[in-house]
Amino acid sequence: MFGRRLVAGLGQLDGRRTWSIYRYGSRMSEAATPRPTPALSDGWVAIVKRDCPTCTLVVPALRRLSEASEGTLTIYTQDDPAFPEGLAPVTDADLFVSWRLQVETVPTLLRVTDGLERDRLVGWDADAWAALTGVAGIGDGLPPHRPGCGSKTLDPGMPERLAVRYDGERLRSRRAELASLEDDIEACYDRGWSDGLPVVPPTPERVLRMLAGTTRAPDEIVTIVPPDFNECTVEKVAINAVMAGCLPEYLPVVLAAVEAACNETFNMHGLLCTTMPHAPVIVVNGPIAKAIGMNGGGNVLGQGNRANSTIGRALQLVVRNVGGGKPGGIDRATHGQPGKVGLCFAEDEDGSPWEPLSVTRGIEPGRSAVTLFAGEGPRVVVDQLSRRPESLARSLADALLTVGSAKAVIAFDAMLVVGPEHARVFRDAGWTRDRLVAELNTMTTRPGSAVVRGAGDCDEGMPEGFAGAPAVPKFRPGGLMIVHAGGTAGLFSAIMGSWAAGEIGSAPVTMGVN
Amino acid sequence: MEIQTFEPRTLLDPTGEQTPGHRELSARLDGVGGRTIALLDISKARGDVYLDELARLLEARGAAVELFRKPTFTKNAPIDLRHEIASKAHAVVEALAD
Repeated sequence: MFGRRLVAGLGQLDGRRTWSIYRYGSRMSEAATPRPTPALSDGWVAIVKRDCPTCTLVVPALRRLSEASEGTLTIYTQDDPAFPEGLAPVTDADLFVSWRLQVETVPTLLRVTDGLERDRLVGWDADAWAALTGVAGIGDGLPPHRPGCGSKTLDPGMPERLAVRYDGERLRSRRAELASLEDDIEACYDRGWSDGLPVVPPTPERVLRMLAGTTRAPDEIVTIVPPDFNECTVEKVAINAVMAGCLPEYLPVVLAAVEAACNETFNMHGLLCTTMPHAPVIVVNGPIAKAIGMNGGGNVLGQGNRANSTIGRALQLVVRNVGGGKPGGIDRATHGQPGKVGLCFAEDEDGSPWEPLSVTRGIEPGRSAVTLFAGEGPRVVVDQLSRRPESLARSLADALLTVGSAKAVIAFDAMLVVGPEHARVFRDAGWTRDRLVAELNTMTTRPGSAVVRGAGDCDEGMPEGFAGAPAVPKFRPGGLMIVHAGGTAGLFSAIMGSWAAGEIGSAPVTMGVN
Repeated sequence: MEIQTFEPRTLLDPTGEQTPGHRELSARLDGVGGRTIALLDISKARGDVYLDELARLLEARGAAVELFRKPTFTKNAPIDLRHEIASKAHAVVEALAD
């Protein structure tokens, strides 16, 4: 997935000698997008530097290979252009060849036919060099093996500089030049790019590094972002993901979340404009949640986990910056809520009595997915005494009745985040997710007389036409979504009510992560 | 004077780029008294003569004057110079022509 392994492995090789041998194909196939490569002449290509003791050690072997291959050996040298003497080295002082060939260690020896790399040896191994080159005695007088040294392309700070130098043209976004005395974080505030918290300045280096998190091309259009209905490219998502504090491996989740949010069914435009406080709540399912270290356990809806905290923020920054949706402008929320900075969490699948939420919503098992829900801030439901599922469901149902307003019916969906200690009660009783939803729907169904305007000495409520209805459900079909998450201690669950539900407002959207 | 060199720093615009990248004009001053006015010499001949006279007139009206010069009239003012002017002065007068 992370095709730009040079960047992904940044710094790990610095100062350490490495030695490995591998064949072309397994690692190079990870390349994210086709990029121009140096024109390679058929024969042998070696990349060396004088500063590497192993490179100076193998000069006799290179000389033998040059003689045996009748001049088809091309030696690129990263530092001293005269090294190795007498073998007509080609300078690679600008590291273009080394970068394009993704050389991590010197010496590296390539076998090239038809202009393509076919085999690669890294470091010095007398047997391997002899076997690959077919030159008997190529290692005579040399030790059997020596590890190579780090390529200059991996010098501290070099991968970032080379990425900008050689891959920077992939970035199309407008550049904002900073004065030398201008603080870069303050510059982002000045330009209106921040949600109020500091953002990570989106330098080309950081954005290129972020783009290593996806195989999608930077100029691919992900979606159209409201309210300004601007085209949003992978690059724009990556920029905002950098600003939010994401790591490259989060980018596929952010991309899926952005796409899901801008889906017409989810209706990000309306959700942004509303005076209500709701905002996208992102639930992540599948293997990627664990792979990127997301939290589905203790403090699941709180702070402290980088992926949880930054993925939701990245989506909000895309809406703000690409879409132009800002508080006081198109965002007309009366109160808003803290989750509008970003609210994203993982379902605890391992501890769940139920199948993953994404599977319930039609995604194949084992595939990663995001589910977006137009939610308000969460609140707790306390029930520390119920050990029977009927009793516990009654507690949850009573709390669910108050979503939106106590008399509102059909108008609002709800997400119920069942904590592990509550889930245990349902697990022990054999209640499936469907069973729990059905029971809650039954318990939250009331006669129309209880919800009409004026009932209970309250003018709020449903129109008079509801008065005679014997049974009015609180939630529309499919309007109650159950997620399993939270810490293992605490007989609590959490509820998030939705914005206007369904066709008139927003319906949850689940989308696979690619 | 200590001379420092900085690598140019750029950020990538995270917006939909529907608005101009340049800032909008600041509100016009209602007077120069008590204000700091920057005078920018673009390094064209006799620009300094014009600006010296302008400085005398501005100071007579109670303004503080800061003088700046950009290295060459053929190129935009360096961003550091623009930033310094913006941070020190309420307004700038640029002597544009010969």
